[in-house]
Amino acid sequence: MTTTATRPAALDTLSWLEAEGIHIIREVAAELERPCLLFSGGKDSIVMLRLAEKAFWPARIPFPVMHVDTGHNFAEAIEFRDRRAAELEVDLIVASVQESIDQGRVVEEVGPRASRNRLQTVTLLDAIAEHNFDALFGGARRDEEKARAKERIFSFRDAFGQWDPSNQRPELWNLYNGKLTRGEHIRAFPLSNWTELDVWQYIKREGLEIPSIYFAHERSMFERDGMLFPVSDFVPRLPGEDPFEARVRFRTVGDMTCTAGVLSEAETLESVVAEIAATRITERGETRADDRFSEAAMEDRKREGYF
Amino acid sequence: MTTETLVDTADPLGPDRRTLLRLATAGSVDDGKSTLIGRLLFDSKQTFIDQMEAIERTSRTRGEEDVNLAYLTDGLRSEREQGITIDVAYRYFSTPRRKFILADTPGHVQYTRNMVTGASTADAALLLVDARRGVLEQTRRHAYLSNLLGIRHFVLCVNKMDLVGWDQSVFEAIAEELTRFSGRMGVSDVRAIPISAKFGDWVVEPSERMSWYGGPPLLELLETLEASEPPQHHASRLPVQYVVRPLRDDYHDYRGYAGTMASGVLRVGDRVKVMPSGAETSVVGIDAFDQQLAEASPPMAVTVRLADQLDVRRGSMIVSAEHPPIAATSIDAHICWMSERVPLRARDRLVIKHTTQTTRAMVEEVGARLDVNTLDYDLTASQLSLNEIGRVRLRLMAPLSVDPYDEARETGAFILIDEATSATVGAGMITSGE
Repeated sequence: MTTTATRPAALDTLSWLEAEGIHIIREVAAELERPCLLFSGGKDSIVMLRLAEKAFWPARIPFPVMHVDTGHNFAEAIEFRDRRAAELEVDLIVASVQESIDQGRVVEEVGPRASRNRLQTVTLLDAIAEHNFDALFGGARRDEEKARAKERIFSFRDAFGQWDPSNQRPELWNLYNGKLTRGEHIRAFPLSNWTELDVWQYIKREGLEIPSIYFAHERSMFERDGMLFPVSDFVPRLPGEDPFEARVRFRTVGDMTCTAGVLSEAETLESVVAEIAATRITERGETRADDRFSEAAMEDRKREGYF
Repeated sequence: MTTETLVDTADPLGPDRRTLLRLATAGSVDDGKSTLIGRLLFDSKQTFIDQMEAIERTSRTRGEEDVNLAYLTDGLRSEREQGITIDVAYRYFSTPRRKFILADTPGHVQYTRNMVTGASTADAALLLVDARRGVLEQTRRHAYLSNLLGIRHFVLCVNKMDLVGWDQSVFEAIAEELTRFSGRMGVSDVRAIPISAKFGDWVVEPSERMSWYGGPPLLELLETLEASEPPQHHASRLPVQYVVRPLRDDYHDYRGYAGTMASGVLRVGDRVKVMPSGAETSVVGIDAFDQQLAEASPPMAVTVRLADQLDVRRGSMIVSAEHPPIAATSIDAHICWMSERVPLRARDRLVIKHTTQTTRAMVEEVGARLDVNTLDYDLTASQLSLNEIGRVRLRLMAPLSVDPYDEARETGAFILIDEATSATVGAGMITSGE
């Protein structure tokens, strides 16, 4: 059975991760009827979309992309989202939290700390039902958060969109079981094994464009809970939360009500990554107010059907 | 070696040729697996300030004396409440020499299927033993499963040496017992280290309290451990995942077969067979997005073009014409059974997924069941219950293109799916097919 072929060198980590991601995307596209890729214009979903582009080349991506838009997003990210979808000639579905509010499906939180972050779950589940999607690609990484560190690559959601972490299917080798029972859908995570640094290295290697808010820029900010938030019409400020001009960049792209920026002079990919490589604080710990509620904030939201 | 040299100081966006080592922990409950990983991450400066603050808070709230490093990997509510690991947690860390993916697997017998999930993708097993308790049934079960799954490198960590007074003879007795046990299974590469995950002895730093151990520390050992040989010496296999037909003006006649290389090296110009029909053709192109490659090997994801129009679809396999796999309608395999609902018995019907092909299988015979303590097979067994391992013969509805798992993991592995629940209930490793 042995052939005399010379052994090629082992793949470097980025090439290995890319190949694994493409494999996962192709498995979902082949085994599920109606997949859809969640695309926010953030760095992780940009990488995921790149893997999808590679997976089917020279054919176009054979499924639509969807953004759950809270209406409170960064204008720069929305502009980028629309442009990238147009370049790739993929269908872009925008599921609007504002519409869910207008239809009375959810009730908006009030007060200075109000956020539409949790409301996204209802909008997302409604959109899944409306479009009959049976698989959603998400850009979540296991290094982000301790509940995500436990999640399978093919992760099942019941008819209520719930994740049951105590009863996950065994997942062996690269043999993914895509069989659904009635009402279930799959969340598939092609970037499960990527770290934040891998994502940046890949963006650099592939020469991928990213929204401008990832780079240092002047912006009106205010301080809350030790974090710097962008001044916007969506966030009423409390007494003492006076705005000031600062040079900041954003480490994640999320809803403006719960995405904090970091002081930075990094204007290039190289300097952004140099700052990230030197940081001693996690991405979510530094910039995501939504994970600070409790030890298991993410696990609780995921149980409810969050991304 | 000082800790400073282990921090990743490489130019973060420069060319990064570091390779990946995938590790899985194994061992019984309470042997300290999660604590060891917490210690590895902490001492190699891979933990973040906010993560440490969070676990310090949790440890204090729970009235624990010291910071419990296990909370770095035990992430689920029920795990923290019970103080055990239920499901695999994946952790990522790197040193200037290597990147690591570490699967922290549960020790409880009832969560063995989660251990198998973590171990199925690992190159090396980090096997923990509590120095006070020695080698237990669960240690042997995990060692056996790791070997069955194709892991050829065992790193035996004899943990909690602080609780046996750093006694060299305790360490040596355990190391000898496990080395002997592993040898009987055919694993020759067993490295044993005496450690204290709680205090850090011989994890990242040398230990003066156990200077009798000649070193190196665990992390240094992991950095230099040779990864399991990928099955590239094997004949070429490309299971077809997806047929790419662009149906657009600029690629009107393009027809490519997308898949992930399972073994061997596939080159442009190679004579190949398309399984299961066995029809012969040759490779005219290997595409990977903007690159046209001369050859492809595992685990590359590529799209292959063939010279002739043949019936090629998802589930077909493009293989070396000289060394094709067996087109089997009957297979013998080791199976680890993972269903809580029902045992595996003769005449059961199941869905089988092998590479990219899914068909049905009927159990012809449950031939033998493993006793993990003695490594003997009980030939009178007629069924496999949850977490049991046995030898089984399956009859297949459609032929599968198989190789023995020992020779080629990707084409020797399969999963069994319960049609009633859609759950994955079996992990199979093929020994032969016909």
